[in-house]
Amino acid sequence: MSPRIKVIRKVSNPPVIKGFKPYGPESGKQKLEPVNLLYEEYEAIRLSDYDILNHHQASVMMGISRPTFTRIYASALQKIAKAFVEGRQFSIEGGKVYFDSDWYHCKKCGCYFNNPEKEKPVNNCPLCGSQRVDKFDYENTYEDIADKACYDMCICPDCGFEQEHQYGQPCSKQICPHCKSFMKRKGSPNCRNF
Amino acid sequence: MQKFLKIKNMKVAITSTGNSLESTIDQRFGRCAYFVVYDTESKAMEFIPNPNKDAEEGAGPASVQLVASRNVKKIVSGEFGMKIKPLLDSLKIQMIVLKEPEKRIKDIIEMLNH
Repeated sequence: MSPRIKVIRKVSNPPVIKGFKPYGPESGKQKLEPVNLLYEEYEAIRLSDYDILNHHQASVMMGISRPTFTRIYASALQKIAKAFVEGRQFSIEGGKVYFDSDWYHCKKCGCYFNNPEKEKPVNNCPLCGSQRVDKFDYENTYEDIADKACYDMCICPDCGFEQEHQYGQPCSKQICPHCKSFMKRKGSPNCRNF
Repeated sequence: MQKFLKIKNMKVAITSTGNSLESTIDQRFGRCAYFVVYDTESKAMEFIPNPNKDAEEGAGPASVQLVASRNVKKIVSGEFGMKIKPLLDSLKIQMIVLKEPEKRIKDIIEMLNH
């Protein structure tokens, strides 16, 4: 019987280094196989000993069960101990993992998208190419976003210069870059002419 | 050279309710009626009927396989199920969620060409 299929583990960020090498006069004399630490084992150490979460919280973060997390953590410690005691290198690679991606929101076309390639920064919406994208976090509910989504324009009453209104920043405090007078909300009754 | 190759392959999959440009975007990913695979470089498009339309379970992962076999880099759909995100993240395919059911395939392709 084939073993049960492993759940894909979630790793929030790839490690900054690819592994460790021992140093000192005795290091490297015997040609020893390096120890291979898997990405999920690295993540287990990070969550439990760097972020100081308990195994239950950490298992939720990785999308696996608590007993599975404890097993991964135990095997990580065993591997690191082996590398320490025997003076082996260890490399961090492999494992059944995926790297979590962040979500973004485009204000122009109203779409949500993620960025699977972390190395590249997000500047444009992949759908409409607009630059009005911002990071979307799960804590903000949909209503919050609807409140903050504002498509109004600020307008300068003297020269007619328009700019996008920023949520939480009153138009009357904005200064027109051309004629240095205070802006007004476009379409409001106290905004004459325009 | 590598950069050049990367730019060349820009295929986008869009979930569709029918097999014409006038049909609207399907709000589900796994059980959509058709996938439209559109190449933003060569402007070629292909309509693929979804064999998992009436699947009892596992429609999402099966659809991911179908789409990934076409070398797609982005997917536009109304919603993605909970099993999909880990799969697409590990395949480095971008998800675009567009919650506008009345958008037609034609409009989306126009937006992609920005």
